[in-house]
Amino acid sequence: MYRFLSKERSRAALAVIALLPFLSSCNPNKEKSSVREQATRDGIFLYGNTGEPPSIDPHLNTAINGMRVTEALVEGLIANHPTDHNLPEPGVAKNWTHQDATVWTFELRENARWSNGDPLTARDFLYSIRRVLEPDLGSNNAYFLYIIDNAQAYNEGKITDFSQVGVKALGDYRIEFTLTGPFPHFPNIIKHPAWHPVHSPTIEAAGGMTKPDSNWTRKNYVGNGPFKLKEWVVNKTISVERNPYYWDAETVSINEIHFLPIDNTNTEDQVFNSGRLHYQNSVPPPMIPIYLDNGDPYIRAEPWLGTYFYMLNTEVPALADKRVRKALSLSINRKALVKRILQGEQHPALSFTPLGIEGYEPPELEGFDPNLARQLFADAGYPDGEGFPRLSLLFNSSETHKQIAESVLQMWSSVLNIEVDLQNQEWKTFLESRSNRNFHIARSGWIGTWAYPDIFLSLFISGGGNNDTGWANPNYDSFLEKANNEPDPEKRLAFMHEAEQVLLEESPVIPIYHYSRVYRIAPEVKGWYPKLNDNRNYKYLKLEAATP
Amino acid sequence: MLTFILKRLGQAVPVLLAIYTITFFMIRLAPGGPFSDERKVAEHILERQMEYYGYNDPLIVQYGRTLLQHVKLDLPPLTSHIGLTAADIISESFPVSLELGLWAMAIALFLGVPAGVIAASRQNTWLDYTPMSLAMTGICLPTFVVGPILALIFGIWLRWTSVAGWASPVDRILPSLTLGLYYAAYIARLTRGGMLEILSSDFVRTARAKGATEFRAVVIHALRGGILPVISFLGPALAGLVTGSFVVETIFQVPGLGRHFVLAAVNRDHSLILSTVLFYASLIMLANLMVDVLQVLLNPKLRYK
Repeated sequence: MYRFLSKERSRAALAVIALLPFLSSCNPNKEKSSVREQATRDGIFLYGNTGEPPSIDPHLNTAINGMRVTEALVEGLIANHPTDHNLPEPGVAKNWTHQDATVWTFELRENARWSNGDPLTARDFLYSIRRVLEPDLGSNNAYFLYIIDNAQAYNEGKITDFSQVGVKALGDYRIEFTLTGPFPHFPNIIKHPAWHPVHSPTIEAAGGMTKPDSNWTRKNYVGNGPFKLKEWVVNKTISVERNPYYWDAETVSINEIHFLPIDNTNTEDQVFNSGRLHYQNSVPPPMIPIYLDNGDPYIRAEPWLGTYFYMLNTEVPALADKRVRKALSLSINRKALVKRILQGEQHPALSFTPLGIEGYEPPELEGFDPNLARQLFADAGYPDGEGFPRLSLLFNSSETHKQIAESVLQMWSSVLNIEVDLQNQEWKTFLESRSNRNFHIARSGWIGTWAYPDIFLSLFISGGGNNDTGWANPNYDSFLEKANNEPDPEKRLAFMHEAEQVLLEESPVIPIYHYSRVYRIAPEVKGWYPKLNDNRNYKYLKLEAATP
Repeated sequence: MLTFILKRLGQAVPVLLAIYTITFFMIRLAPGGPFSDERKVAEHILERQMEYYGYNDPLIVQYGRTLLQHVKLDLPPLTSHIGLTAADIISESFPVSLELGLWAMAIALFLGVPAGVIAASRQNTWLDYTPMSLAMTGICLPTFVVGPILALIFGIWLRWTSVAGWASPVDRILPSLTLGLYYAAYIARLTRGGMLEILSSDFVRTARAKGATEFRAVVIHALRGGILPVISFLGPALAGLVTGSFVVETIFQVPGLGRHFVLAAVNRDHSLILSTVLFYASLIMLANLMVDVLQVLLNPKLRYK
């Protein structure tokens, strides 16, 4: 059947498919009792979860869809706040203190329990931190913990005595972290599941803490979150139900959450339209303007903590000149791009760090300035684009990336009079090319794990693992280092501001837009607030039948 | 007949070995690996993952080890579903695909064969043109167009069925229909072709001359021979149907094997690719063998040799 998927045909078909849900939303036959209404009465939250997560082990999972499930199943010292991503919500820790933001002590609740009834103590956290850092586990999440003193050395095998790592249990219900430096936003950092506890007897029974493909999450998931695993059928559903042993079980209002791994956005749209979902994670791009313009009651478009950008390979001779890089950035009309192509309430990006981080106002690029761009290009030795080599723009195959790339090409051609080729590759091939620096200009995107500029700015540290631009700037590195050693939150952010200024001035990357999350949610779901990093605390959600 | 079957099974071994070898080396040629991600994996972590999943050994060692694991049915761990092996995936998803495939096959035969027989016996009348034009449309319309249209009509407008999922019996209707209609179209055309040839042959004329009713002449005498092209088509079609269709499974969110078949390649999950390819190949060979046996039973001109 695959041979029917020729390019032209699939495009035509997609157009047809894309229109279908719209037609369906026009139809009056909506009043019959739906699956969703029944689920609402039963307290079951039907949640569209993009695709099948490779794992729901909080220490091994790196996928967003896996994280959405672990947020229900395990709880860290600090939990996700229901409304504000900047605020710490007490989780297993009931209170905490710190010295110079470097040594942090957390007081654990004595009534915290595992989903099998076992008490949860500081030793469980110690075991879990150790597990993530064990070199033999090979967890991709280990680096989140590198801010603990000596954690990186332990994870890289440079030291083998775990007691040298800056974490210790002070009795059963207190745990102390010694960090590599001051981290005033530490409580926000440890909301990430890599910091969450796992149940040691369960892990040990399934092959020990260093087994990378341990199947404990499949057979016998013991967690400490507001929910516990009920059923997991690959590609069908991950169902979680209330955990009676959860310390705050009274607050939990929903009985079950069914995470449905629907990876096709058109299917997800149809499933939502047929009344079988409370939450639709993604809306097919062609449908977004239609829903928004027609006042669809379910759709929401909210800023998201992420940036879509182009990376420039500064090892390419033509791109080694910062005037060229700057000119490429200046000739992009981001407003027009967002308005005409994306149409989903994204924000044109004039900074690399997204907006909305508390206390941080990022510096801004000049924006669209064709004259300045032409001037810089001429100064660099390419008057009216003359003599500029033919570069290519690499992106992973997707209709949206392609449309953006085509428009950017058009802008470069009309402002700078240069020709750039489009090159699209399948995802893994694309990653390989980008990682080997086998590109001129490459699409990229970055989503913040927590709302702090360092998660974005640390990308471009000289020689950093994800810095595929080849750009290295000692000035930039030193500002970031100063920031990391600064305990005063305001001064810290001021150094980050300086660093970002350097980044924008040098332009090894061209920010295009700040992401938005476009999704649809049924009015029966109460307690769902816009959150910049889209992390949820399901215990505060409620399902209430709509009053007729 | 037993020797015939045993001989064919024996022939399957080198074929499977060849398929294994080609697949093994082909997937290694594809750029990108199972561990690459948007956020890059640190060097020492990658090293550990490569070590654990056996990528650090020489390729020929990996080739031998994976082969042995498949022979012993002790399958290697997967990288795209942590904690599972291909055996778990296949045993969970194959029954779903099998059920979907059998429903689809039933629909295809139930609609296709009578349509073809009627068309052939009333050649060049409206009873011929109507089903054949419909069949042509069915062949031309890909499942990813038919599927969403059916879902829209029956799932959203009429609300008779669900639009996706695989929980209740009602959920089976649309995917089976989408897949079945496509094959029904083929089967109708094949049946018509086969029947036309047989209906003009001497033994059918003899039957009619001896006073057999039209029904008897067509269904009892001619159909046995006329359906042979359909039977040979059924082998690969059945194997294709029961191993699932990526497109239909994706549109209708069916947890079948077809999706794994494609997603394994997308995720570069080498173990899952190998296991599903071998499973699919074995099924095709088994289905072909069944078809050959059936053909000999139906066609007196053929003998086992």
